[in-house]
Amino acid sequence: MSAQATGPARGRKLITGVIGADTHIVGSRILSMALEEAGFEIVALGAITPAEDFVKAAIETAADGIMVSSLYGQGELDCRGFRDLFIEAGLEDMLIYVGGNLVVGKQDWTDVERRFLEMGFDRAFPPNTRADQVIEVLNADFAVRSAGRRIAE
Amino acid sequence: MRGGGDMALLIDFGSTYTKLRAVDLDAGALAAAGQGPSTVTTDVTIGLEAAMADLDRHMGGLPDFQYRLASSSAAGGLRMVTVGLVKELTAEAARRAALGAGARLVGSFSYRLTEGDTVAIVDLAPDVLLLSGGTDGGNSEVILYNAARLAESPLACPVIAAGNRNAADDIHAIFGQAGKPILIAGNVMPAFQELDIDPARAAIRQVFIDRIVHAKGIDRAAEMFDAVLMPTPAAVMAGAKLLSEGTQDRPGLGPLAVVDIGGATTDVHSIAGGDPTGEGVVQYGLPEPYEKRTVEGDLGMRHNARCIVETQGADRIAAAAGVTAGAVEDWLLRIEGDVEILPERPEDVAIDAAMARAAVRIAMRRHAGSVRIAHTAAGPVTVQEGKDLTAVAALVGTGGALVHAAAPAGVLAAALGDRSDRTSLRPMNPALFVDEHYLLYAAGLLAEVAPAAAFALAMNGIRAAGGKDERRGTG
Repeated sequence: MSAQATGPARGRKLITGVIGADTHIVGSRILSMALEEAGFEIVALGAITPAEDFVKAAIETAADGIMVSSLYGQGELDCRGFRDLFIEAGLEDMLIYVGGNLVVGKQDWTDVERRFLEMGFDRAFPPNTRADQVIEVLNADFAVRSAGRRIAE
Repeated sequence: MRGGGDMALLIDFGSTYTKLRAVDLDAGALAAAGQGPSTVTTDVTIGLEAAMADLDRHMGGLPDFQYRLASSSAAGGLRMVTVGLVKELTAEAARRAALGAGARLVGSFSYRLTEGDTVAIVDLAPDVLLLSGGTDGGNSEVILYNAARLAESPLACPVIAAGNRNAADDIHAIFGQAGKPILIAGNVMPAFQELDIDPARAAIRQVFIDRIVHAKGIDRAAEMFDAVLMPTPAAVMAGAKLLSEGTQDRPGLGPLAVVDIGGATTDVHSIAGGDPTGEGVVQYGLPEPYEKRTVEGDLGMRHNARCIVETQGADRIAAAAGVTAGAVEDWLLRIEGDVEILPERPEDVAIDAAMARAAVRIAMRRHAGSVRIAHTAAGPVTVQEGKDLTAVAALVGTGGALVHAAAPAGVLAAALGDRSDRTSLRPMNPALFVDEHYLLYAAGLLAEVAPAAAFALAMNGIRAAGGKDERRGTG
């Protein structure tokens, strides 16, 4: 049995999409399907999504979290200032994850992760992350968020 | 009087004229036309009686009309303000709903209404306000905030709420407690990137029939007609839809576009899906309505003549008309002195035609979608925004400036796409038609009660415009 949304995570609305000029839709689509099956509500923006569109969608739909995919190695450029857009829109507490092939070439993951966390992402996931892992982390984060903290330890 | 068959009377209470069309229902053809002044601002009956007398003269006696239906764009038209949340999302969906309902959009607002916004809305004094915001189950905070601001403001007009359905009950209560008219309609954007404007359009039309017709004083002449069914632009759109789709027995023209050049605005309607025709093209942005109307408030042949010239460039207008820039300025000054002026001197006729071509070209460029190349790691991808109208089967021109033009086909052809500019998705090779006797609105009204006769009327009313050489006008 695959992982399910539990407790405060159940029924949360998540926005998925592939950021920037990136056409690699498959990963984001698989993630969307898995999350939906797990009991999340999904608003899928699809491929080639400008950063601002995540913000606009989040405002209209009153989303609880954002799942940014980037597969083509330009993630670092596309994601710069992503958190700031949400701060500008008054959504400074939005839970934001990023995952995929975030950088070009072989780079040390802990270093890549640190850079994305510094950019304001709450979580960064390396290539080959399984949807189940993401669901477990979402469960943990929504659990502590309902207690007023930002993300789980 | 003519013929023994059943007749219908179609009335357009316009801003300048009260126009009548008597239609032979059996033949599906225009029997006679009549015209009087527009007197809605004083007493609508006076203009209508004058128009009826004119029609009487043309017909040699008035028959008993089986239907007497009217549309109205008088007294400023159906003036609407729209309010939404995100500018490109629910605020845009609300705009499209209002335009699709035939409204004259006088203001559009997004996000939380500021004090200044509320004051501006009260000053605009719209006939109807359309309030949207949030997908169903999405953001309700902002639409509730805006509802409260509007309810406590001196704004008195009916409000239609077409936003997040979870907020509908509270919105109803907010306006109810303030003792203000409120109507709840389906959400213009029920889910993200899903457009559903028909319920809001229907609600706008209902408010128009129930309240606006009375508020504008048109019902003073109520004994002289059966009903005022819709704003005139909505009737034109209904006529366009009928031409496109046909009836049960007769096929229509297929996907088409209509350009309506007026004294104050240029309207473009498209009845077409507008999906990408090219292979591998990615559509971006809010889905497009199948029946789409855009209004260019800066492209009117009389009230905004200078604006057309400035947008296009005075030098280009002069060159296209084969006159000097001074002659263009001279004509503009005379238009500004008398907005009902008609060109007589050859150079004025040429300038007017060049202005009409510019208005048509710009209006269609704004209405039609566009494509751009996005460079991705996987290579270039063509991204389309808006409707692809390259393959529409027909392009119909209506409105005085076009119908009365010396070479209407040349004016209409200015709307066509240009092979040197592949980014604009304007019609490429449609059949061109001119609505010579201004019958589209009449067909749109008549379609409500007698669709077969209405379709025949519309088809009989449009004239194929020009051969190949006439099609590409200069300028």
